[in-house]
Amino acid sequence: MNPHASAVSGPILTRFFKVCLAVFAMCILVLAWRFVVGLGPTTGMNDGFPWGIWIAFDVVIGTALACGGFSVAILCYAFNNGKYHPLIRPAVLTSALGYSLAGASVIVDLGRYWNVWRIPLLWNWNRNSVLLEVAICIMTYVVVLWIELSPAFLEVWEKQEKFPLLCRAARRVHGWLNRYLIAILALGILLPTMHQSSLGSLMLIMVSKLHKLWHTPLLPVLFLSTAILMGYAAVIFESALADEVFDRPRETKLLASMSGIMVVVLFFFLGVRLVDLALRGRLGLIARLDFYSMMFLLEMVLFLAPALLLLSRKRRENPGIELISAIMMMLAGSLYRFDTFLVGFNPGPGWSYFPTIPEMMVTIGFVAFEVLAYLFIVKQFPILHTGLPSQTFGAVTPKSSV
Amino acid sequence: MSPTRRSVLKGIASAATLAATGVPKAIASPPRRKTPPADAVGLLYDATRCIGCQACVVKCKEANGLPPDTGTPRGAMYDAPDDLNAKTKNIIKLYKGEDGRTSFMKAQCMHCVDPACASVCMISALHKGPRGIVEWDPDKCVGCRYCMTACPFNVPKYEWNTAFPKIVKCEMCRHLLAKGGIPACVAACPREAVIFGGLETLRSDAKGRIAREPKKYFPKVYGDTDGGGTQVLYLSAAGIPFGKLGLPDLGDDPVPELSESLTHAVYQGFIAPVALYGILGFAVYRSWRSQRLGEGGEK
Ligand code: SF4
Ligand code: SF4
Repeated sequence: MNPHASAVSGPILTRFFKVCLAVFAMCILVLAWRFVVGLGPTTGMNDGFPWGIWIAFDVVIGTALACGGFSVAILCYAFNNGKYHPLIRPAVLTSALGYSLAGASVIVDLGRYWNVWRIPLLWNWNRNSVLLEVAICIMTYVVVLWIELSPAFLEVWEKQEKFPLLCRAARRVHGWLNRYLIAILALGILLPTMHQSSLGSLMLIMVSKLHKLWHTPLLPVLFLSTAILMGYAAVIFESALADEVFDRPRETKLLASMSGIMVVVLFFFLGVRLVDLALRGRLGLIARLDFYSMMFLLEMVLFLAPALLLLSRKRRENPGIELISAIMMMLAGSLYRFDTFLVGFNPGPGWSYFPTIPEMMVTIGFVAFEVLAYLFIVKQFPILHTGLPSQTFGAVTPKSSV
Repeated sequence: MSPTRRSVLKGIASAATLAATGVPKAIASPPRRKTPPADAVGLLYDATRCIGCQACVVKCKEANGLPPDTGTPRGAMYDAPDDLNAKTKNIIKLYKGEDGRTSFMKAQCMHCVDPACASVCMISALHKGPRGIVEWDPDKCVGCRYCMTACPFNVPKYEWNTAFPKIVKCEMCRHLLAKGGIPACVAACPREAVIFGGLETLRSDAKGRIAREPKKYFPKVYGDTDGGGTQVLYLSAAGIPFGKLGLPDLGDDPVPELSESLTHAVYQGFIAPVALYGILGFAVYRSWRSQRLGEGGEK
């Protein structure tokens, strides 16, 4: 058994759970409609804006917020000898859920989804296509994430003496997994490095359509660093939430040292962004104070504020400040990505895009499903850290209604 | 704390450098220039000859089996598309200059020499076919619509109102060409405002027209080098720059150049990803082993 984690006890069908179920059911209805009538009547997308929030939010922002598994794994495995171990499982769980749902969003968004089986076939590949790289990487990564998470399931199943077959199979797989885990963990860092930077590269070709404040050859670097930031921030946010809801002790010490690293990434991002604009003579665009420069400035503020807040060690160890900075970082990264994909994208005069209510309902429904799956898995399998070794978590949480 | 932070810093920095390795190379490498195939065909549209009769629009629909796009002002039906769309592969627009001067403008796929749409398409559903025509293959397309966002001319369109949509764009009537014919819009034009032919012939024809009547024409052939060159060429009347006709100012670099040279640099022979994977694998192994030893020591 993993000494760090245990399942949360408590009923699954809480009122909150049922609300989420209802939201998700609504999303399924909208989806059925989408598959009958097409994207036109259901979404706000059009010939000028063929990509809407299902791409910009569900995929481009969603996968970055789901990068916790990646961000923490970098620290945990590559640089920190397992210091952040207690954070890894919940982070990987959110990653697995986030990425799986991003994959689902893509299928929903694809107009000719019945042809997707051709994408993995090597001989069809157009190696110039950045999207191909993103697609292959994300598909593989979803599989990798579930494998990374699988010990949490296997640990439970191999104890199920009542089902000898399941029990034996789980033990066999677990043994096999332990042998190859290193290769898989390394893949779990490599793949997001590749596709998160490539998400930025997707916009490189739009030289004439993407606003000059966002179009730069450094898009891949900026996207990679926001992925790391948003991943960390989401881990903090989520662990604060889980600790609150399930009434667990806060992992403040651990998180505080992570926040210190984030300050570095934040300043790195800001530096690259501003120096790049300066070197290419585009700083003037900021001073125009039009809609675009306002959005840009808002981004800058959202990046700068947490960087300054977390600068001092004392503030880093304050859970409240830490949470606020985490939320700001999530907003900052999301806004940056949103601006790059939708706000800064201008196909020419006469075109505009705003998501429709059904379109938003799909996105919200997917998030609801993510919450459902999270709650279910966390209550059934050893995901969340147990905090102090003396504490037994099986008995805690009568307080929670989630 | 401090050694930890330093090593993490190093890690982040090296990851970023890795992602950025393409940048200096892309800037340093000589520009990638594609040339059209020797037998490339194209269109030449001379805006000074166009009278806006829309014959080409009607014939294009007919030749390509496209339905009318009906607008119904005051009860009467018109085939009145307001732009290229899933029912319209070719359209004549009217542009008005600030000085009140007007000009017609024909819009359809430009059949770029180095097309952005084909560069981004994951499995080459859009690709350059024989004679440089940019074709779409319904059996491959997954409907991701990256081609639509990538095309600087906003050409590929999507059937928004159906469960089984297609990407729609001009394919220079390749089905007619295959039978020895010419594009329907060319055949329909009563003024020879749009002509069909070998790309090289069209280019010299266009330049010849400007040279013969410099007072009549804007002194540039659009598509000659714009965005790496296109197989559809435009002539505009004197005093009406191409920007007025809705053609973007792309410079001479092929549109996919930056994106492709960057990805090629990073994924060249897959060396960088494999190397990074090796490094990561080693780091994970080291961390895993030391942790194991640590756990063993505690017991
Ligand atoms: S005009 Fe657009 S659709 Fe036509 S070849 Fe060029 S990039 Fe492709
Ligand atoms: S929509 Fe079809 S043709 Fe266009 S890029 Fe995607 S797969 Fe290729």
